[in-house]
Amino acid sequence: MGLLSKKDTSLILDPLADNNPITIQVLGICSALAITAELKASVVMAISVMFVLGAGNVVISLMRNIIPSKIRIIVQLIVVATLVIIVDQVLKAFAYELSKTLAVFVGLIITNCIIMGRFEAFALANGPWRSFLDGIGNSLGYGVILIIVGFFRELLGSGTLFGIPVLGDPIAKTGLYATGYENNGFMIIPPAALIVVGIIIWVQRSRNPALVEEN
Amino acid sequence: MAINTDKNSYTVIFAAVMVVIVGSILAFLASALRPNIAENERFEKQQNILYAMGVNENGDDTGSVNFIPTDKVESEFTSYIKEQLVIEGDKTTSDKEAYLIDLKKQLAAKKKGEAYKLPLFIGEKDNKKFYIIPMYGKGLWDAIWGFVALDDTMTVQGVYFDHKGETPGLGANIKMRYFMDDFAGETILDGTRYAGISVAKGNNDPLNKTKDDNEVDALAGATITGNGVSAMIKESVNLYKDYLETIRVK
Repeated sequence: MGLLSKKDTSLILDPLADNNPITIQVLGICSALAITAELKASVVMAISVMFVLGAGNVVISLMRNIIPSKIRIIVQLIVVATLVIIVDQVLKAFAYELSKTLAVFVGLIITNCIIMGRFEAFALANGPWRSFLDGIGNSLGYGVILIIVGFFRELLGSGTLFGIPVLGDPIAKTGLYATGYENNGFMIIPPAALIVVGIIIWVQRSRNPALVEEN
Repeated sequence: MAINTDKNSYTVIFAAVMVVIVGSILAFLASALRPNIAENERFEKQQNILYAMGVNENGDDTGSVNFIPTDKVESEFTSYIKEQLVIEGDKTTSDKEAYLIDLKKQLAAKKKGEAYKLPLFIGEKDNKKFYIIPMYGKGLWDAIWGFVALDDTMTVQGVYFDHKGETPGLGANIKMRYFMDDFAGETILDGTRYAGISVAKGNNDPLNKTKDDNEVDALAGATITGNGVSAMIKESVNLYKDYLETIRVK
């Protein structure tokens, strides 16, 4: 079996599909709506959350036996905020360009409910290695949805991917635009993300009826 | 478990120790990295000012913003920026470090009714003079700022905008070439009034062919950031109005 036992593997793979933080647990919706208008921002956010959630889960897990339960939420918040600020400051000093790109994400990461949710639900009750895997798994699950949403919103809303035009030039009417196709301005605004996420949830539930709750 | 983590005294001690540890880590980090960060910010300001007056490495690239690289920016800045002025009331003095003045603090002082200083940069390229004004305002989520380069007829020669936390893909696009490039050639005057330039929706001019309407085409989905840019330009040019009147070719 090697490095990962079967249980460990499921820690990483479950959040990708049947226990996805966005589509099943409906956590982290706010950032999924806010920053998925373009693919690049989605990817950057996915990577940042992976780092913070992986590291944060390990820190919380190591501290799990000494954290007073009355103030655990505040302690969790301090851990996330400290991690994010350390990364932000180090980048500002040594990779200024990159830090400018990430600046907008700092607030979104600190308040991301997936991070608090995993600290609370998993890291407080499990060892560091498993918590780390859980963090990576959940951030992957989050990132996958972000990237799918970002892909459709940028493609249909701006006709570009990673800022590169893929459907032709909308002003000079070349490529697909020559046939009368237009960019859908609605895809750029946040409600479109809600609709795309809704469609993903719909597809996922219709493929796997076990996910549908009985009323 | 030997420790009773539910006791009040433990909770208080834990909180106190944690605050001290986290506080010291952050304070140590902040002071250790301060010189590097300050240097980066200084270079960035020089790059932005030069960018607004068209000193950049854009070349034939029409898509992205290409600054003068950080290792060259210091010397380019001293060679292109001929004079840096500080306007304080009706007094105008020359100051080699005017670009380090924090406009945010000066505007806050102005609001409180205290004395404030306004920096202005005079650049020269191909025997043409550029008057570069710094700007500072509010976007949707946080601060926006920038520089606008004018010639002596009050025609915009170039702009640079930046923001702290506008939405990626929407308001954050104020720092994209396709938005900033539209400002070049626009006039900030409406007759003799300092009207600034509005970011307008539905001005029926998406390619920005009319240059004398004090309007550029807005960004879809970024109404409030766009309004913030309009307000910022208008306020800034009005702050410098008295000085600009002295250099304007009438």
